[in-house]
Amino acid sequence: MARIFAYIMHKGGIVDDSAFELAAAARKIDADASLTAILTGWGADLDAASKNLSASYSEIWKIANEALAYPNAELVRKALQRVLPSNSIVLIAHEHFGIDLAPGLSIKVNSAFVSDVLDVSAVRGDDINVVRQEFGGQVSTHVRCDISTGAVLTIRPGAFKATENLAELGIVVDKSGEVGSLVAGRRYLGTVVAEAGDVDITKYNVLVSIGRGIQEKDNVAIAQELADAIGAAVSCSRPVVDAKWMEKSRQVGSSGKTVKPKVYLACGISGAFQHLAGIKGSPYVIAINKNPKAPIFQVADVGIVDDILEFLPEMTNKVREMRNVAAK
Amino acid sequence: MEILVCVKRVPDTSENEIELNSAGNGIERDELVYSINEPDNYAVEEALQIVSKIGGSVTVATVGGEDDEEVLRREMAMGANHGVLIADEVFSGSDGRGIASILKAFVQKGHYDLILTGVQAEDGGAQIGGMLAALLDYPFASLVNSIEVLEGQKLKISREIEGGNKELNEIDLPCVLSIQTGINEPRYVGMRGIRQVASAHIPTFSATELEIGAGTVGETAAKVKRVDYFLHSLGKGAEILHGSREENIDKVLELVAAKGGLK
Repeated sequence: MARIFAYIMHKGGIVDDSAFELAAAARKIDADASLTAILTGWGADLDAASKNLSASYSEIWKIANEALAYPNAELVRKALQRVLPSNSIVLIAHEHFGIDLAPGLSIKVNSAFVSDVLDVSAVRGDDINVVRQEFGGQVSTHVRCDISTGAVLTIRPGAFKATENLAELGIVVDKSGEVGSLVAGRRYLGTVVAEAGDVDITKYNVLVSIGRGIQEKDNVAIAQELADAIGAAVSCSRPVVDAKWMEKSRQVGSSGKTVKPKVYLACGISGAFQHLAGIKGSPYVIAINKNPKAPIFQVADVGIVDDILEFLPEMTNKVREMRNVAAK
Repeated sequence: MEILVCVKRVPDTSENEIELNSAGNGIERDELVYSINEPDNYAVEEALQIVSKIGGSVTVATVGGEDDEEVLRREMAMGANHGVLIADEVFSGSDGRGIASILKAFVQKGHYDLILTGVQAEDGGAQIGGMLAALLDYPFASLVNSIEVLEGQKLKISREIEGGNKELNEIDLPCVLSIQTGINEPRYVGMRGIRQVASAHIPTFSATELEIGAGTVGETAAKVKRVDYFLHSLGKGAEILHGSREENIDKVLELVAAKGGLK
């Protein structure tokens, strides 16, 4: 049986939540596997993060190298190539760093690659079966992955629930000496923090959130009028920002803001997982979408199959009528 | 700068509801509207903007069949100088590594300073660019949302990371970048533009011409195979309101007031 490794993201000495989800995914592939976490980095942060993992992994391989102080995927890949045994199964969180690292790593270690995995089966012979999605989550697929020369899998954050703890605490193994010097054709220069924007969507109890279904820039006003009428803010999904209809600061999702409203009105939003990843705190989700198959209906509390361009203005009128009646 | 953009023709999810076929082993393709994969279109636009600033040419390539020529022509109507169809029966059933290997063989027949892909295909795994770069031993960056050409065979790029933040990098040419949507505003392509390239020659490259050995690509070489399609609910599913629009509006207002408060 192949050894299972998880590449662990960490920041400021704290490991990412995905570290424990990767351990859960690994146990589903092989309940008896001895799991190894691999962390790369430099200095006190790396040492602190390594200590967080001993309840979930039997071994924690620590690779300290000054060149790895910031996670540069090309350098991390070269480090991993030097320490990974052949035919390993390697699990990596499917987020921006995993997307940078994993496909190229699979080529260099000559392993199968499957991205954005939602579920895994136990090993059967040389294969495992995994579940992933296509077309923005409208359909799912079973994918058979031949692991005879190992596999690199990126795992969707939140898809596995971290549960088990080890009876015996794992040990930290320093692998830094096996890595040697590292150079890359890509060099990290710095991080530009997102601009704050005119409205802070993270501060609102109710969000009127719009997606591709708003169709054109002029229609954003329809959502704004409703938001004004009910004391909400307008947020949006990625296509609205891509089309330059709203500022980036209004975007909810893994590449935008994380919001924790009480009510989330998803209007013309299909419900891609990158969008859902930005909605925290289990708000009450009301979805309005023309497409009855839109994945947003899988996760919403209440759904209405309707055209938002007609539904939202009528809703605004209704609120105004109620207010007028109340005022009289 | 000589730029290659790898593109894919996919069912357009803004135009279609994707449904399972009756056998449950695929999606219903009969009435699907196809278009260029959206991030790939941003990649072509970015290539065109770079070339308009500093000169060079843009080649758009796809691994596929005759039907895929339409997206090559669309991108040529946008301004791409060349379209190339990489097609062979033996390519069918290739996994990500297979497609990347085919593209590698094509890249090695030419000379490109920069290779772009879209960040992910609608039916793909955000994998081809990173694999192609590794096969070619070129530097790679994913989720790229700005490109600036520097002196000395280098680019300054930014990547989209969490929370709307951007990671700035310098990267050596030649390199492979996967382009995120929103990096630019792709130009509109009208019917007239399409007509102008309707008879443009689109060369086709086969496995033999690219010296791709049988058994290294296609279904036999694939370690990753899609077994079936199915519907999989992520949550318990919404309670769908079946009332009239007026009734639904009343219900939504009641829920907003109860759960979050109307101001």
